[in-house]
Amino acid sequence: MSSNGIAKQHISKQFDDELENVRGKVLAMGGLVEQQLNNAMRSLIEGETALADTVIDSEVQVNTYEVTIDQECTKILARRQPAASDLRLVMAITKTITDLERIGDEAEKVAKMALELTEKHGPKSYYVGINAMGNLVSRMLHDSLDAFARMDSKQAVAVAGKEPESDDQYVAILRQLITYMMEDARNISGTLDAMWTARALERVGDHARNICENIIYLVEGKDVRHFSIEQMEQILSED
Amino acid sequence: MQQNNLNKKDEYSGEEPVNETSVTTPTHSMDMSSIVKPAGDTKLADENICIDVDNFNLFYSGKQALKDISLKIPEKKVTAFIGPSGCGKSTLLRCFNRMNDLVDGVTTEGSITLDGKDIFDKNVNVADLRRRVGMVFQKPNPFPKSIYENVAYGLRIQGVNDRRTIDAVVEKSLKGAALWDEVKDRLDDLAMGLSGGQQQRLVIARAIAIEPEVILLDEPASALDPISTLKIEELIYELKDKFTIVIVTHNMQQAARVSDYTAYLYMGEMIEFNDTSTLFTNPAEKMTEDYITGRYG
Repeated sequence: MSSNGIAKQHISKQFDDELENVRGKVLAMGGLVEQQLNNAMRSLIEGETALADTVIDSEVQVNTYEVTIDQECTKILARRQPAASDLRLVMAITKTITDLERIGDEAEKVAKMALELTEKHGPKSYYVGINAMGNLVSRMLHDSLDAFARMDSKQAVAVAGKEPESDDQYVAILRQLITYMMEDARNISGTLDAMWTARALERVGDHARNICENIIYLVEGKDVRHFSIEQMEQILSED
Repeated sequence: MQQNNLNKKDEYSGEEPVNETSVTTPTHSMDMSSIVKPAGDTKLADENICIDVDNFNLFYSGKQALKDISLKIPEKKVTAFIGPSGCGKSTLLRCFNRMNDLVDGVTTEGSITLDGKDIFDKNVNVADLRRRVGMVFQKPNPFPKSIYENVAYGLRIQGVNDRRTIDAVVEKSLKGAALWDEVKDRLDDLAMGLSGGQQQRLVIARAIAIEPEVILLDEPASALDPISTLKIEELIYELKDKFTIVIVTHNMQQAARVSDYTAYLYMGEMIEFNDTSTLFTNPAEKMTEDYITGRYG
């Protein structure tokens, strides 16, 4: 029962429509947040301030999505009393949109940082590491949304498995940035900004992993929060 | 009316994918209503009113059963009455086609209008009123006749005898009641041979065969199993395209699932009448909240 998800239709067509509508909104919100993150990274790397502005502007939209989706989930709980996979879907959605909204916040931080850094001294060579990390977490986010759309718990585990990699990259960037600071104290202000950027990206990786855990809960009915990747894989292979 | 149109337009724009904001478009200019599009949300102020109950009182041999009820039942929507036993919800429902005329000692005050006309007016033909306002009861009550004749009954007493006309209406009504596929090969079988859920849908087919404006449903699913119940509920949802539906139910969750508007009655008084989403997520009255959360009594 768990692997075929919500493929079969309800007797109530309207209930199907409501769930489909809210699922579609989550994906739309995810797409918007993903775009925010990519634009924020591009504005940082390429120094395009206009892109950073769009990221900051679309924050309102992301917030509106969060509130609207939450309202609709509340309504579904009150009116439909969803059970089993439907209930898990609603629970997973309310959690996932919180993570998405936070990712949006992190993207906004990166965009603000991009504006500051561009004003100060233009793109720096040490963004190479940050760029690579941005690509990694952006791909994690993309793949986690993809796994959500296809209710693919295997892919969710695979994406969650990349999260330690983003932690490692974060540590490596920190070390690199510290050497820049030691080289020349005048670098400290700009380097600290870069450090906060890396920190924001690291958080994005964490949130993407949370989304994957929500997907595993939704599809498999198992709560894998605070589990290691190996434990997750084992749980999946048990079925 | 104009407001209605505006709302429709909003809903339409909501169908468009919202994630296509191009990178260069300033996002704050995007239409926010496309995100906030309520899924099937309704507001009473925008509705056409079918039945208007105004300061209505009803007494059973001097004992007051309904007290100063005022509410407007919107056209082509599902309105549910909920409340504890004896709160007057069935009594109110039965007023709409004057079923209470059949009870001795009933007196009423105030008015109930259907499409703007007082249903208690002396000139109102009660048989005609009941043709316009059909009713389905808790226990399915098919006649001891064939499936076909049950649905054709209303037409026959109206004097329709043309076989082809009747055939067409029977098929249309059974399809409308989501029963056609299950009975089309045995229309001449006795209706009593159907399951409870099928009988209830047959009774609904019989009610819609004479094309009423309003269908009153008094606990239509309380004698049915969960799957038959869901089928009836889905049927109710489909029927509201053509009919105004008023349903009385003990099952609050059923009211939450099927209705657009819900009225909560208690001891003959109407405590709250609101759109169903609001009533079940954020009721205005403490009494309603206590009842729907199971803190009653």
